[in-house]
Amino acid sequence: MSLLTQRFRYVGRRLLQAIPTVLAIVVINFLLLQLAEGDAADVLAGEAGSATPEYMAQLRQKFGLDQPVAVQLVVYVKNILLLDLGHSFRHDMPVLTLILQRLGPTLILMVTTILLAVGVGILLGLLAATGLNTWRDNIISVFALVSYATPLFWVGLMFIVVFSIRLGWFPVSGMENIAAFHIGWVRVADIARHLVLPALTLSLFYLALYTRLMRASMLEQSGMDYVTTARAKGLTERRITFRHIFRNALLPVVTMAGVQVGSLIGGSVVVESVFGWPGLGLLAFESLFARDLNLLMGIFFLSACLVVVVNLVVDIVYAFLDPRIEMR
Amino acid sequence: MAHAVRSVRHTRSAASRLREFWRLYRRNRAAVMGLLILLCVVVMAATADFIYPGDPFNLAGKPFAPPFGEFLFGTDSLGRDVAAGIVHGSRTSLLIGVVATAAAVTLGTLIGGVTGYYGGWLDDVLMRITEIFQTIPFFVFAILLVAVMKPSIQSIVIAIAVVSWPAVARLARGEFLSMRNREYVQACQVMGLGDARIIFLQILPNTLSPIIVTGSLMVATAILIESALAFLGLSDPNVMSWGFLVGSGRTHLRTAWWMCTFPGVAILLTVLAINLVGEGLNDALNPRIRDR
Repeated sequence: MSLLTQRFRYVGRRLLQAIPTVLAIVVINFLLLQLAEGDAADVLAGEAGSATPEYMAQLRQKFGLDQPVAVQLVVYVKNILLLDLGHSFRHDMPVLTLILQRLGPTLILMVTTILLAVGVGILLGLLAATGLNTWRDNIISVFALVSYATPLFWVGLMFIVVFSIRLGWFPVSGMENIAAFHIGWVRVADIARHLVLPALTLSLFYLALYTRLMRASMLEQSGMDYVTTARAKGLTERRITFRHIFRNALLPVVTMAGVQVGSLIGGSVVVESVFGWPGLGLLAFESLFARDLNLLMGIFFLSACLVVVVNLVVDIVYAFLDPRIEMR
Repeated sequence: MAHAVRSVRHTRSAASRLREFWRLYRRNRAAVMGLLILLCVVVMAATADFIYPGDPFNLAGKPFAPPFGEFLFGTDSLGRDVAAGIVHGSRTSLLIGVVATAAAVTLGTLIGGVTGYYGGWLDDVLMRITEIFQTIPFFVFAILLVAVMKPSIQSIVIAIAVVSWPAVARLARGEFLSMRNREYVQACQVMGLGDARIIFLQILPNTLSPIIVTGSLMVATAILIESALAFLGLSDPNVMSWGFLVGSGRTHLRTAWWMCTFPGVAILLTVLAINLVGEGLNDALNPRIRDR
């Protein structure tokens, strides 16, 4: 079997492994719906405002609530797998449409945040590790330690106080100045200006994480045998650091970046509701206020799927880039 | 080897072991500082009723009073004393942080320990479950759990414990897996000790250090999750908390910055202190990196 087919088989197996995960999430959703006070019809009717007994009976029949729980579960799973996430009465729209509308802004925010956090985190970790126990290392370590302990929503609010209200450098909230009807590059620039504070806020925690990880990873690699070999060959320290240690030290950081996507979505709920960034997180916040449980569950399901997809992509990229990955 | 170390330890008195622990802990000066800050927060929580008697939700003076005047940290839009809210809120943060972590650590250790010790299909199932838990966006899951159960101290504790236990389970599983074929465990099995006694009385004490370190860091995470939930409006409406204070002050950010600022500083300092203490515990308890 050639190496390439082996790799494709691996990818196929990873795809198959993702299915139980998605199913498990659907089942968790279903169990939560069972846990909620009253049945789904009560929840939905409550959201619809008023409900006649006929309407309730109709709802119960529609959701099969007169059926045994096992049958209900099968129907529920079937609906979700057909991407029928239900209806949001608050918005009077299908949940799926609502979510897809908000997916773009969230992706913009998340991609910017990941790039910022990984890039700057690697740089700071490198700076700290190469100047071990100097003032540079100490300052970076203290910064990472404090950022790691800071609540995201609070940093966001403080950024708004300092940079938006006092200094007036950046807008307070939103994604773009809608009233200005910008088009083309002017619009891109406008969105970028709105993006600065939310992306900075969201990346702060992960920046701290990657900085610490990169520093530890550099230190670990620098104790390896191949470094001694390189030194014995007479390579310069500079060359050893950048060509040898740095490259190997990157691996755990990049892996971690893939793992962190799930928690990033959680962080974006907080950051988006602080900055009024019109993405999935703000939608979750709004649905919380409107007590729109159906919408909240749809967001949970789709964001979990997003994480599954991202992890899959990271795995696949790895499978083709790193020959040492075990094809299990 | 591990058994030998343990029996040597047994011959020493508890007091001398404590002294040894403190000697190692003290070497990390940041950890000592963290411990001091944490002690201050604990004292604040314990004496809240003496420092600020009465309900922190009660009105104390005129609204929007700036800080460092009549009120140390000013008043909010309804005239409630922000400092009183912070002092009383410390109880909520510590309570939820400690109880949720205790629940998660107990559950995680139990499940991870049993699956690590027995292995087999049980282990496979557990690994799949923890993987799923690590995939789902845990904060969104916590929001959903609290929203479904209605916000209360109890539901917040449950939500945080539910999203936190898999990390402990993975850790405990790994530790038990590496321990189950050690000589001292085999000796116990030969002696005819029951599995439960081996798991809880023999292996567990030997795996306690990494679990304690992880648990201490989890308290910090739990406090951050609790404050973020409260900020989003998911807090017990009858209980004062730091996240609630920040959340209720955000609409007045333009005119009254102090409402959000000081409760946030309280969260930051507490979480930082707990992280520092966790690192100190790691230095003092984790023999593998002790002399690095």
